[in-house]
Amino acid sequence: MDNETKKVLIDPLVNNNPITLQVLGICSALAVTSQMSTSLIMAVALTAVTGCSSAAISSIRNHIPSSIRIIVQMTIIASLVIVVDQLLKAFAYDVSKQLSVFVGLIITNCIVMGRAEAYAMKNPPMASFIDGIGNGLGYSLILIIVAFFRELLGSGKLLGIEVFPLIKDGGWYEPNGLMLLPPSAFFIIGFIIWVFRQWKTDQVEQPDFQILDISHGEGGHH
Amino acid sequence: MSNEKKQCEFMANLCEKLDQCEHYQKFAVYRDKILALSNESLEKTIAIALSLCFVCAILVSISAVALKPLQVENKAMDMKKNILEVAGLLTEESDINEDFASKIEAKLVNMETGEYVTTIDIATYDQRKAAKDPTQNIKIPRNKDIASIKRKAKIAKVYLVKDGDSVKSIILPVHGYGLWSTMYGFLALDADGQTVQSINFYDQAETPGLGGEVVNPNWRALWSGKQVYSESGDVALKLIKGVVDKTKDGAEFQVDGLAGATLTSTGVSNLIKYWMSAEGFAPYLDKIRPECEGE
Repeated sequence: MDNETKKVLIDPLVNNNPITLQVLGICSALAVTSQMSTSLIMAVALTAVTGCSSAAISSIRNHIPSSIRIIVQMTIIASLVIVVDQLLKAFAYDVSKQLSVFVGLIITNCIVMGRAEAYAMKNPPMASFIDGIGNGLGYSLILIIVAFFRELLGSGKLLGIEVFPLIKDGGWYEPNGLMLLPPSAFFIIGFIIWVFRQWKTDQVEQPDFQILDISHGEGGHH
Repeated sequence: MSNEKKQCEFMANLCEKLDQCEHYQKFAVYRDKILALSNESLEKTIAIALSLCFVCAILVSISAVALKPLQVENKAMDMKKNILEVAGLLTEESDINEDFASKIEAKLVNMETGEYVTTIDIATYDQRKAAKDPTQNIKIPRNKDIASIKRKAKIAKVYLVKDGDSVKSIILPVHGYGLWSTMYGFLALDADGQTVQSINFYDQAETPGLGGEVVNPNWRALWSGKQVYSESGDVALKLIKGVVDKTKDGAEFQVDGLAGATLTSTGVSNLIKYWMSAEGFAPYLDKIRPECEGE
């Protein structure tokens, strides 16, 4: 793998993460992360869809009329999502039942369309595929971190296996009910963004404007 | 390697044949003409849109049709698993298909009369589909629709667990609205049609951790042994707020409510009340009770 490909693949994990830096795909990150198992399947599904749709869109990019380009992208993404949904229903029925509508909602996931529009429309298929996979992995990374904390603190389990025995089952851990509700994912994602920006200070955005120091300005009357 | 070579040769052969094919040659001419057009021209826009739709439609239909048998099988397996589970017959090593076939008997019941229906093929009858089909369902008057389901199928599919000739449990399909979703489940009763054995929700989308606890095995275990009808024949079984005080009168009609899920709990109470009432399975239970007890 040459350096350029590596960069396209690795960059979206931390440096240009679709959730923490681009702040895309938040809705499904809130919805499916109450359990590790659903998050893992969702991560695999989204990564596959992003990779394949980017490759498909990129391979016909020179012939897409710009007036209908968004619809063309949507059609390709939607078809792939339906195929993924059908595959899940056939081979992972239990998980597909839990994910229910969220697999279908990959269609509207901003990451997939974002990568199609920002990268696949301008780059060759192989690079677009790698870029899609990379961004899918970046999304997966955050999803798994969020789900790890939510499932552990919310129900004392990981992947359905008990880690902290609950008080109601005779153990010592009182689960945090907030962790099972979607807003908790907001807090965790916020926390992850903070950690990432402490680590990679170039991700910190410049303030939109500077507050004037009024003691020297015209406002300073006594 | 030779295999790969063969494949290559085969593909090359195929391509050659395709190139020689008259229809393909015509198609190729048109294709090249269209691809040579300016991207912004109306013709190309329409051509791209149509051909894209065509390709995507083929992709989607192939996957839907090819995977259909697997999906149907999964669904049927899941259903059987749930029925065995609610009957208390599901063990780690049990073969679902075999157990289901040998231990459980499905019956169709006319909801109004409580009589068995034998004129319809039981294997293909789907109660959930029938509930949506205007020719097979009944509209529930609003004042009676306590489970908020609007319509119900005229014919219900119930399951009996038999030990030889005697009925061991009656498994009734129930459903009703919770907070977010319609909860579908099975209620298993003893042969007296009065004592609850177990309850199981196989399709629901309540809040995980709160209302979603309707699937929690610990909570479901509380149902075992509860009584459905009071002495006057009314449906008395319901969920209460907090924990049931077992020393008090009427504890046998009460189940702990789900903490933090008042609306889901109310929904479960309502669906029990509806499906056990004269609107639901009461006529059927009245019919089957003497039969079961007689044996």
